[in-house]
Amino acid sequence: MFAPQLLGFVSPSINWWALLPQMILLGAALLILLLSSLAPRRSSTTFATVTTLSAAITAYFVSIGLWYDVEREGASSSIASAFGVDGFSIFFTMLILIALAITALLSHHYLDREGIDPPEFHALLLCSAAGAIVMAAANDLVVMFLGLEALSIAIYVMIAMHSRRSEARESAVKYFVLGAFSSAFLLYGIALTYGATGSTNLVHVREYLDAVVFRDQHMLMAAMGLLLVGLSFKVAAAPFHFWAPDVYQGAPSPVTGWMASIAKAAGFAALLRIFFAAFASHDSDWSPVVAVLAFVTLVVGAVMAILQTDVKRMLAFSSISHAGYVLVAVQSASNDGTAAALFYLFTYTLMVLGTFAVVGAMGSDDDHPLTRYAGLGRSKPLIALSLTALLLAQAGVPTTSGFIAKFQVISAAVSNQSYFLAGAAMVTAVIGAFMYLRIIMTMYVVDDDESGPSPVWHWTTSTVVLGTVIFTMVLGLVPQFLIEFAEQAVPILIRG
Amino acid sequence: MVELVWLIPALPLIGFLILLLVGSRIGEPRAGWVATTAAAGSFLAAVVVLAGLLGKDAHSGDRSYELVLFQWLPSGSLKVEAGFLVDPLSITMALFVTGVGALIHLYSIGYMHGDPKYSKFFLYLNLFLFSMLMLVFGNNLVVTFLGWEGVGACSYFLISFWHRRESAATAGKKAFVTNRVGDWGFMVATFAIWSALGTVTYTEIASSPAMSAAAGTAVSLLLFVAAAGKSAQLPLYVWLPDAMEGPTPVSAMVHAATMVTSGVYLLVRMNGLLTDDALLVIAVIGAATALFAALSAVAQHDIKKVLAYSTISQLGFMFLAIGSGAYVAAIFHVITHAFFKALLFLGSGSVIHGMHDEQDMRKMGALRALMPITAGTFIVGWLAIAGVPPFSGFWSKDEILLAAWEQKNIGPLLWFVGLVTALLTAYYMTRQVILVFFGEQRWDEDVHPHESSWTMTLPLCLLAGAAIVGGGINLPLVKEWLVLEHFLEPIFAHPHHFSSGTSTKVVLAVISVVIGVLGITIATLAWLFRRIPTEQLEPEFLENAMYVDSTYARVVSGPGTSSFQKAADFDKGVVDGAVNGVGAAVRKLGQLIQPAQSGYMRNYATGVAIGALMILVVLAWGLLL
Repeated sequence: MFAPQLLGFVSPSINWWALLPQMILLGAALLILLLSSLAPRRSSTTFATVTTLSAAITAYFVSIGLWYDVEREGASSSIASAFGVDGFSIFFTMLILIALAITALLSHHYLDREGIDPPEFHALLLCSAAGAIVMAAANDLVVMFLGLEALSIAIYVMIAMHSRRSEARESAVKYFVLGAFSSAFLLYGIALTYGATGSTNLVHVREYLDAVVFRDQHMLMAAMGLLLVGLSFKVAAAPFHFWAPDVYQGAPSPVTGWMASIAKAAGFAALLRIFFAAFASHDSDWSPVVAVLAFVTLVVGAVMAILQTDVKRMLAFSSISHAGYVLVAVQSASNDGTAAALFYLFTYTLMVLGTFAVVGAMGSDDDHPLTRYAGLGRSKPLIALSLTALLLAQAGVPTTSGFIAKFQVISAAVSNQSYFLAGAAMVTAVIGAFMYLRIIMTMYVVDDDESGPSPVWHWTTSTVVLGTVIFTMVLGLVPQFLIEFAEQAVPILIRG
Repeated sequence: MVELVWLIPALPLIGFLILLLVGSRIGEPRAGWVATTAAAGSFLAAVVVLAGLLGKDAHSGDRSYELVLFQWLPSGSLKVEAGFLVDPLSITMALFVTGVGALIHLYSIGYMHGDPKYSKFFLYLNLFLFSMLMLVFGNNLVVTFLGWEGVGACSYFLISFWHRRESAATAGKKAFVTNRVGDWGFMVATFAIWSALGTVTYTEIASSPAMSAAAGTAVSLLLFVAAAGKSAQLPLYVWLPDAMEGPTPVSAMVHAATMVTSGVYLLVRMNGLLTDDALLVIAVIGAATALFAALSAVAQHDIKKVLAYSTISQLGFMFLAIGSGAYVAAIFHVITHAFFKALLFLGSGSVIHGMHDEQDMRKMGALRALMPITAGTFIVGWLAIAGVPPFSGFWSKDEILLAAWEQKNIGPLLWFVGLVTALLTAYYMTRQVILVFFGEQRWDEDVHPHESSWTMTLPLCLLAGAAIVGGGINLPLVKEWLVLEHFLEPIFAHPHHFSSGTSTKVVLAVISVVIGVLGITIATLAWLFRRIPTEQLEPEFLENAMYVDSTYARVVSGPGTSSFQKAADFDKGVVDGAVNGVGAAVRKLGQLIQPAQSGYMRNYATGVAIGALMILVVLAWGLLL
């Protein structure tokens, strides 16, 4: 009398509430695609923009609710511990949603101007945002990889959508091929991690590494190295940065802003979750490597920026050097350092989006020679002033958020006794300032005989620029709330 | 109601922002009214806060309220808040700053009539008021320093307001440069206090254990350097006479009533830190400044220069009071001086205005009939500063002289210097009143002096009222009448008490009245009745303020310039060379790695591969170790 044992599939418990933000984004993407194919006449640019915006805003409110849940009940994880619900994941969700709303606003006018189909673009943008959120929240390397690919593949297409321009296609291909190349490193790293610890789940990895003393840790070291390569490519750290200037230059400006902000932020989210949280017990192994990467990135970003004459390339190298600063914070492998990195990423995201908003409005994307900005201070004083504020913030001038961000990063390095790196960060900040000041100088000092440049200006762009400038300046004076927010958002690995 | 303190600086800030955005569009006179409304509103807010403060118990420490807006600079163990401290001292300062400030705003509406930069003037005035209030209300040294620099910058803008005039531009520069010396003192003092006590917040400094004697004296003297720069004490006073290049309302507000007293405020605020040795230095320099400036005022011809030297001299009195430990007397004199000196400056502005920009007293005379209100109020100011009872100046000056008399080490000497200064003060002010308002008319035929408009005379009348009764806030006749002294008492680490008996006090008071009357008499005999030959009374030596300023100028432009030139050469050759060298090196480095950025994917992929190899090698290296 043996009843046959039924091998039923027991699905893991799922916290749908925690998945809601990215589900809203994917739902909005589907809605845009559906409506644009069923009722092509109804689906204007405005419809796509408004849908994306409302999705971002709704998801943002859900994230606020999640934040209070986490504050009340503590961090948790869901779907067999593959998906983390902690301050860290919600911090990045909020950041990604803000950037999403900004990019949607910026692309509104840009798409019309450059003749790009809005529904597809917005659908891809939403998918890419959902991928970024998954990447930041994933507690499992495989899920993280899925998020990374969703983020990246959408971006490849968004770059290539500007089909009129051969540069856009070229940079899409470059980014795609090199991205695939680096993904291979990442995958191999994931496989070796599995080999070394018996799981791809970061909660398990952490517990395993805490409990076990390796007699021979070659495989773990190799896993760390390869994971680092894959993610360094995503965040454009030197020497994995070569794609960035070419791709940033060729991509449509709103996409460049999105890549420079969110692709980078999501990459750092993964980096922090894997290295700071999961490999915490081996920080003496990975921290020096990250320190070397940080140093090389700082130097390359600052030095190469000086030689550029194209504004988008300049900003590409500037974003490389920003990655260097975040790496300085990451290598300190402390709660303070992680909070500093989060603070840096948040302020940097808004600065860079505001900057690319101005760049996008400065006219056709074929090239952005510095000379186009000559005389902007006279012809468009408000735009020039806003760009000045954003560039000064990127240079880290006091009373802007950029100063507080750099200050925190450097103080984290100092308390970790990385004095050399802290010094290097300060020196490269000075070198980097040359590039920002050069743009500002061009706007105000260099006199164009003609009436000066006349950027194509739309109210969506002004809203974004104004908002980011205000945020940047106010945060420079009253940084406390974001500092506390970042301190509460340090990643926690916990079994669901 | 005390919680409303943020409103006091916020209102001038709002006024400033409005003028910044639409100032030139709304133009004259609306810009002036916006600024005046902001200043008056700020005064009302200060009154409300005072009422709230008075509603609290005086002795339980309730009358010290801190409003922290946000953490401003969190950096390791240094925590700087953006916060306000409301206590008897700050509210007293705020009341007369906003009160006198509002009146001077009102006065400026008429005075600046027709100026092409009308709205910009009021923009600076509001910004100045805001900065001054930040200075007064800041709950720590850093916020106070913010206000300190803010008032310095506004002072610079306002002195060189008519910057097309060469002398105005130079005077602004001079004020700026001289003040840097004081600012240096302030900054070093702040650093020293932080490193010794680990805090820059006033309430925490007050409750900290005492510093060692040497450190305390050093900090005290650094604070005094700061105060001497801002409050124009020897040897840093040289900028103040030149600051008269600014519009007269500015001289009245910034360079007589408010900003120049911030040095006094700073020292009183830090009274717990000041050591006896430092106090002696402060007293001596204060007395010397008072005497020196009074001597210089004796022989000036410019109506505003007399008042400028007089201001320096009165500031010297205030520092003499601080040096003698009589902080209440210092603040008392700050207040009464604000009333009568603002009155005198505004009166002189009214005269200048009515005389079509004539400032030389030798070309005035007999104006009292033509400008009755100006003359009447000016005479009130004169009696107040000359120390004639019962006008306000008498009470505060008398208290300072008494404090000087009781100074432990060299009291009688300080008192004597103060007495001589009082004699000179009575003399030169009488001389000025006679030269301007009495005697024969000396102006040219084509000048038609006239009384000023109501916006200018109303502030004069109000200030005259204040200059008459202002002494009432601290009358020594009955103990209960010492309102200011009782009000300020909680903020002092060691409250000062006069030890002299009543008879000594009466004798000293009588002597100072006699001296005041003597000064007036001499001046009247000399300048009104011409009984004393006046030529010897204006020696060139004094007219040029003992050549101190011109000696400075000669040193700076002679050997100074050549050493500055050497410094500049050093800067150009060595410092710039190093910077440019680094720049060139960086560029070289960039060109060296530039070829890697070839645009070819294969090269980029190689870069990734090399990077991966590098990482693995570093990790392997770690393993081997």
